[in-house]
Amino acid sequence: MATLLRMPEVAANATHATLAAWSKKEGEPIAVGDCLAEVETDKAIVEISADGAGVMGQWLVPAGQEVEVGAPIAVLLAAGEVAADVQALLQAAGAVATAPAAEAAPAVSSTPAAAAASASGDRLRASPLARRLAAQRGVDLSRLQGSGPGGRIVRIDVERAQAVAPAPAPVAAPPAAAPAGSGASAFTEVPHSSMRRTIARRLAESKSTIPHFYLTVECRMERLLALRAEINAAASRKISVNDFIVRAVAVALREVPQANVGWTDTAMRQYAQADVAVAVSTDTGLITPIVRAADRKTLSQISAEIADLAARARAGQLRPEEYQGGSFSVSNLGMHGVGAFSAIINPPQAAILAVGASQQKPVVENGELQVGTVMACTLSVDHRAIDGALAAQWLAAFQRAIEAPLSMLI
Amino acid sequence: MSEHTFDLLVIGGGPGGYVAAIRAAQLGMKTALVEKAQLGGVCLNWGCIPTKALLRSADVLRMVRGAAQFGVKAQPPEADLPAMVARSRAVAAQLNKGVTGLLKKNGVQVFTGHARLQGGGTVAVTGEGGATQVLRAAHIVLATGARARQLPQLPADGQSVWTYREALTPPACPKRLLIVGAGAIGIEFASFYRAVGAEVTVVEMAPRVLPLEDEEISAQVAASLQKDGIQVHTQVALEQATRVGGAWQLTLRPQGGGSALQAQANVVLVAAGIVGNVEDLGLDKTRVQVEKTHIVTDAQCRTAEPGVYAIGDVAGPPWLAHKASHEGVLCVEHIAGLHPHALDPRRVPACTYSHPQVASVGWTEAQARAAGRAVKVGKFPFSANGKAIAMGETKGFAKVVFDAASGELLGAHMVGEEVTEMIQGFAIAQSLETTEAELMATIVPHPTVSESMHEAVLAAYGRALHI
Repeated sequence: MATLLRMPEVAANATHATLAAWSKKEGEPIAVGDCLAEVETDKAIVEISADGAGVMGQWLVPAGQEVEVGAPIAVLLAAGEVAADVQALLQAAGAVATAPAAEAAPAVSSTPAAAAASASGDRLRASPLARRLAAQRGVDLSRLQGSGPGGRIVRIDVERAQAVAPAPAPVAAPPAAAPAGSGASAFTEVPHSSMRRTIARRLAESKSTIPHFYLTVECRMERLLALRAEINAAASRKISVNDFIVRAVAVALREVPQANVGWTDTAMRQYAQADVAVAVSTDTGLITPIVRAADRKTLSQISAEIADLAARARAGQLRPEEYQGGSFSVSNLGMHGVGAFSAIINPPQAAILAVGASQQKPVVENGELQVGTVMACTLSVDHRAIDGALAAQWLAAFQRAIEAPLSMLI
Repeated sequence: MSEHTFDLLVIGGGPGGYVAAIRAAQLGMKTALVEKAQLGGVCLNWGCIPTKALLRSADVLRMVRGAAQFGVKAQPPEADLPAMVARSRAVAAQLNKGVTGLLKKNGVQVFTGHARLQGGGTVAVTGEGGATQVLRAAHIVLATGARARQLPQLPADGQSVWTYREALTPPACPKRLLIVGAGAIGIEFASFYRAVGAEVTVVEMAPRVLPLEDEEISAQVAASLQKDGIQVHTQVALEQATRVGGAWQLTLRPQGGGSALQAQANVVLVAAGIVGNVEDLGLDKTRVQVEKTHIVTDAQCRTAEPGVYAIGDVAGPPWLAHKASHEGVLCVEHIAGLHPHALDPRRVPACTYSHPQVASVGWTEAQARAAGRAVKVGKFPFSANGKAIAMGETKGFAKVVFDAASGELLGAHMVGEEVTEMIQGFAIAQSLETTEAELMATIVPHPTVSESMHEAVLAAYGRALHI
């Protein structure tokens, strides 16, 4: 029997997702587990895989279109069914029967919100002009409050939204070379992905609304580096400095649980375990997979987990629960030779640790100048949730763990 | 002295004021309206409606004159001006009664007299006999309208110098009529008086007739007027006016230089703009600001005095009844805590009931370009429209201006038969914010002159079917 494939809720609480690409052409046979389509959420690209065998009947939305969660995106046929079954199902489904979106709409009437009609019948009310302007300017209509009759979204709402959040430039025309000698610099513009937009929105919100303050400490690294060399000499899997840092963060959070908190508008959130988010840079942006309960995991478990998460993050294959949540973040640019920096908090978390490179530096010890190996760590703190003395207490605990690394192995 | 207290008090019973009062009553406010002359204001009594009645008579005259081309034999018709005027007054009187009934039906209390603000939400109304009533209201809406601007060298005397008022009730048709001002009022009266037999001259300071309309529309109107035998002088200033042997001798100075022109007229009709009725309203007892005879308001029709609002002609251009009514509604809805959109000047249609008619909404092509928009422009002549040919009304065209990037309908301009009834199609399209795609996809009935609107849209995108 023909069935409707609907946009899954690939990320918790997501209302929309972009159908990034179709993996099965119309008419192509499907086996159980086959990837049918790739869906891009704010954070990752997720595959939709087939629950049963059959044939891809008809696409209902083109690739690249943002679709409401729950909205039908394709018709799947059982083996032997024909196009007529597609029509029968579409007519039965009613709401989508008139949206033959598989056929490319003529350019002049491209209203990308054709699929905004959701299964629940909760229609997005927007004028044709508002829809077109939103599509051209990258404004997400589903986030707007309409000011027209009955809450209809009209031109002015799109323009206001753009004025508030200065925005993605209009979809760039094919890059034309600047006229020679015109004096204008040539540039091209690439429309933002939803991931980039989310990063931009969240960081801007964090930096502009959270009262950040910063504490920096320099950790002596000789003992940690010696221990790491000793472990790696024997172990099949190499432990990185970053693995130690994540473990040290977890240990410090266990020791100073008052710092393992989050700020929400109405309450202080006390996390029960140390879920340490580790910033991973990917081709398309930043993502923070989480080492859950790092305070209860061994160094080698943490190391293996980070390696797996980072590899899958770079492949865009993380599941939402693998990067959503987390009680504390670590951002490490030490491997890029950065001495020290400060990071932006990822709310509702209340702190993030920015880790620099381990560098040889002159240090004074017992009144004598020596060469020491030092790592600068800067803690960014949400002052609403954590006061200075508490942050200093946590940072001292972290420093103790780094400088007495054997304690972390216990 | 008796005292009454209201939620909302409207001063002026024209199309702005009485509509505001009805809307307020609908929203549950205890509402009063003060009018010192006639309910319905200038629009209904001395403007829009009675002129339309006269112009209808001119249409009938014109049609009977041209009956032969439709295969109808008729005696040459004769204009009976007093009968035309009588019909026009009867139409106004009928509608005036209608407004009285509407206000009564909606429970609006009407006071007759001259209202003056006393400050602090108090208004004194002085009736004909001099008795004064004091009214109090939390919100006061000024809708006192406007009147014809006077020319210093030609003060209106009701005899040989007219404003629109005298032009609506002429004792007889002047032999030679000179009209100062080629805006909608001047052009409509030019059409009428030419049809009933006057020699008509129109003089205008601006470079073209109907200077607010699209340039191509103005050009077509000027050509039609001249074909009907109306003399049109644009870009001229009235330099001197002297009485010579019971007639006016007028000296016109071309603005671009050159020698002065002379014109004679038995009657001069002054239609050179209007001034707001802001005098003797007690505005000096408030913080209400007046600039160039108009009350300064914000997007919600608020004046600088808390609780005092102004709508319609007295609050500034465009001086159109439907703009006044719309402001009346949105002003009252704001007061009631609703959130209507501010008036968008680009969505106020304008109609001129001359022969040919003119109707437009939104930006002219030149305005759109001046605003920096890349535009797509489409035109369609009525001479290629089947219905227009069948009706024998092939003069005219429809023109549309789209934003090239978004497909927004920036403006629409039409000249020709019945275009004043057609323009609302484009006004609705703008209000619904359709793009060219929806307009193209609309099925337009055949045969209608309105098909020209559809074709003009298609033409803007190189897709016109019938040209």
